[in-house]
Amino acid sequence: MRRQLAIMRQSLFDQGYLDEQFIELEELQDDANPNFVEEVVTLYFRDSARLILNIQQALERKPFDFNKLDGYMHQFKGSSSSIGANKVKAESTLFREYCRSANAEGCLRAFQQLKKEYATLRKKLEAYFQLARQTGPLETASRPK
Amino acid sequence: MNLSSGKEYISTASSSAGWKAGDAAAAAAADQFPAGLRVLVVDDDPTCLMILEKMLRTCLYAVTKCSRAETALLMLRENKNGFDIVISDVHMPDMDGFKLLEHIGLEMDLPVIMMSADDGKHVVMKGVTHGACDYLIKPVRIEALKNIWQHVVRKRKNEWRDFEQSGSVEEGDRLLKQSDDADYSSSANEGNWKSSKRRKDDEDETDERDDTSTLKKPRVVWSVELHQQFVAAVNQLGIDKAVPKKILELMNVPGLTRENVASHLQKYRLYLRRLSGVSQHPSNLNSSFMSPQEAAFGPLSSLNGLDLQTLAATGQLPAQSLATLQAAGLGRSAGKPGIPMPFVDQRNIFSFENPKLRFGEGQQQHVNNNKQMNLLHGIPTTMEPKQLAGLHHTAQSMGNMNMQVASNGSQSSQNNPLLMQMAQPQARGQVTNDSSLGHATRLLSPMGQPILSNGVAANVSTKTGIQENVRAPSYNPVLQTSSMLNFPMNHASELPGNSFPLGTTPGIPSLTPKVAFQEDVNSDSKGSVGFMPSYDIFSDLNQHKPQNWELQNIGMTFDASQHSNNLQGNHNHSQPVLVQQGFSSGQVNGQNKSATVISKAMFSAGDSTGHANAQNGNQHLNSLLVDGTVRVKSETVADATPTNLYPDHFGQEDLMSALLKQQDAIAPAEHEFDFDGYSLGNIPE
Repeated sequence: MRRQLAIMRQSLFDQGYLDEQFIELEELQDDANPNFVEEVVTLYFRDSARLILNIQQALERKPFDFNKLDGYMHQFKGSSSSIGANKVKAESTLFREYCRSANAEGCLRAFQQLKKEYATLRKKLEAYFQLARQTGPLETASRPK
Repeated sequence: MNLSSGKEYISTASSSAGWKAGDAAAAAAADQFPAGLRVLVVDDDPTCLMILEKMLRTCLYAVTKCSRAETALLMLRENKNGFDIVISDVHMPDMDGFKLLEHIGLEMDLPVIMMSADDGKHVVMKGVTHGACDYLIKPVRIEALKNIWQHVVRKRKNEWRDFEQSGSVEEGDRLLKQSDDADYSSSANEGNWKSSKRRKDDEDETDERDDTSTLKKPRVVWSVELHQQFVAAVNQLGIDKAVPKKILELMNVPGLTRENVASHLQKYRLYLRRLSGVSQHPSNLNSSFMSPQEAAFGPLSSLNGLDLQTLAATGQLPAQSLATLQAAGLGRSAGKPGIPMPFVDQRNIFSFENPKLRFGEGQQQHVNNNKQMNLLHGIPTTMEPKQLAGLHHTAQSMGNMNMQVASNGSQSSQNNPLLMQMAQPQARGQVTNDSSLGHATRLLSPMGQPILSNGVAANVSTKTGIQENVRAPSYNPVLQTSSMLNFPMNHASELPGNSFPLGTTPGIPSLTPKVAFQEDVNSDSKGSVGFMPSYDIFSDLNQHKPQNWELQNIGMTFDASQHSNNLQGNHNHSQPVLVQQGFSSGQVNGQNKSATVISKAMFSAGDSTGHANAQNGNQHLNSLLVDGTVRVKSETVADATPTNLYPDHFGQEDLMSALLKQQDAIAPAEHEFDFDGYSLGNIPE
């Protein structure tokens, strides 16, 4: 099972769902905080859900307030990047570009894509942590603490 | 130490962080520094906050987290000495991160690091101008947090220097005032010089300063009430006339020293400058020359930008100095805007970078263009605090002078290019110093005189002496036009001494006196710029005899004085002189004076260092000198003159005497400062 976990973890990186920032988090995990990464990720999904909702609502009001949208997305991007959510971060960047060029269509499309990636990541990470809990403490970080 | 024990320590530290004085925590922390560093982290994003907290804990810091800026301010106010450093996000819902930064700077004077996912140049620049000592891009890695303690140390170092120089600040103030009032004509200069000298003699500040320099004064926390009292006093006096001594008298707060007021005034001026926007003319600057300079320096941007930024970055660059520098730099199209173009904008407002501006590091890199900066680097690392202190004063006076010079510099367009040129190479060198530059920048600014930069730059890079404090970006070039060397005198060591554009001003001989000035000025700024670089300039100047019109003399003078003064032991003896100058100017954040002083110092230093450093400075100096931008008004310098070579304890008197000695030998030296004959002639008050 440990190997399964490792494989799962590696694929998340290989497929670009996670980047090296996630490893930073893993390195912070230690005996005193054995579930640190999971805690952070949980907090992220909880908090970012609120942001997604805000953006959703802002996109329902016409015309678009691009500044506001950009602001929300800036926050969202910051959050996502801090846990290493790579694809989600990329979609946020794209969304912001559309905001800056006041491209409403682009924003809508980018947002749909972003929500998809967000949902996918959430599912994958949930599965990952579930397995991790079953497996017990595992060596995640390659770098020595 | 193993993590677990570290953790325990942290938790203890955390609890103690909340203590009023945090003495116990501080005591414990001191032994294991940087472990136990009390960090306050502010971020509205809970995910980031959690991660940061964990990272900081892993670094063994005592962390307090906060999701709202208002709460953070409350915490800081309640527990004035409870934190060592603050890390804040830029975008927050209840208050802009920069606003928080300003508040903290004014009220608590703590180093603040900004962070954001936004890495746009403008935002980063904003951080610099508002006085952030560093800027982190999210996502933040733990490696970036491991070294934040350096900002705390640096700040403390600078403050200590301020204390030391506080005594000189007043002198510098007075000197500067004299200079300001004085006519810049040669005769007037002479008069100023004399009067300055008289003031100096009468001044017992030096003694006082010496005494106080040995003690580390407890940090004064500027509470809201205290700050309000301060603002009331300043308004009552009028921002232009507000001098620390008078403010102190008006405030009538027991236990508050002039030094405290002086450094706070500096910051306040920066703050005001920033508020007033780009169009602002530096009221802070003693002289209004900044304005004219600004116009003149438009093109200088490159120089200025770099230097100024660096200077600014270093945090201590007084707005005025910056302005001057910028002006100088801008004036000279020669300089490439390279950096901080924002400076260009700021020119008008004298980008008085926040004293807290510690951006130095980042900026400095950009400063490549500004050789000036490099100069500063070279300078004075070896500058001993005393020297720096002296520089401060000098710097102040210099700053003043610089300003004036700067204005003149603009006029001497040709000078500028020279200065610019000189500055440039120097700036490059220095740029690397960064952070410390912040302080240095203060000093530098005044040194618009290119002279300094040239000489200084050269020296600075080479001079390691000043290195310690003067990280100041080689502001030398900046001085160009206005002799406003932004000597990043920040912390004496920083001053790369580059900027002493002392270079070309013919009035170089007078420069020497200026050097003395800087010391005065330095008192204001922290970490007197190790104008060492300036010394280099002089040396360069000396070498280029033919070019340095006056510099040569000055250089000579310095040399003489240097020897006599026994410059603190900087390796480049000559450098010390420079450094001092540079620093003094830099120090005077609020006071342009320092800038002038610095420039002066630069000159003097240039001379002295010329011999020693010869390498860099000379050429630059020469050019600088030639420009005559070294307007370094003798007035300001006059006071400082004798003390160019600040001996270990910036005895202005010593310098003065040294200078005088030289002066005697050189005769015209005294007047040299005035540079009346030189293009600077018009340095407006």
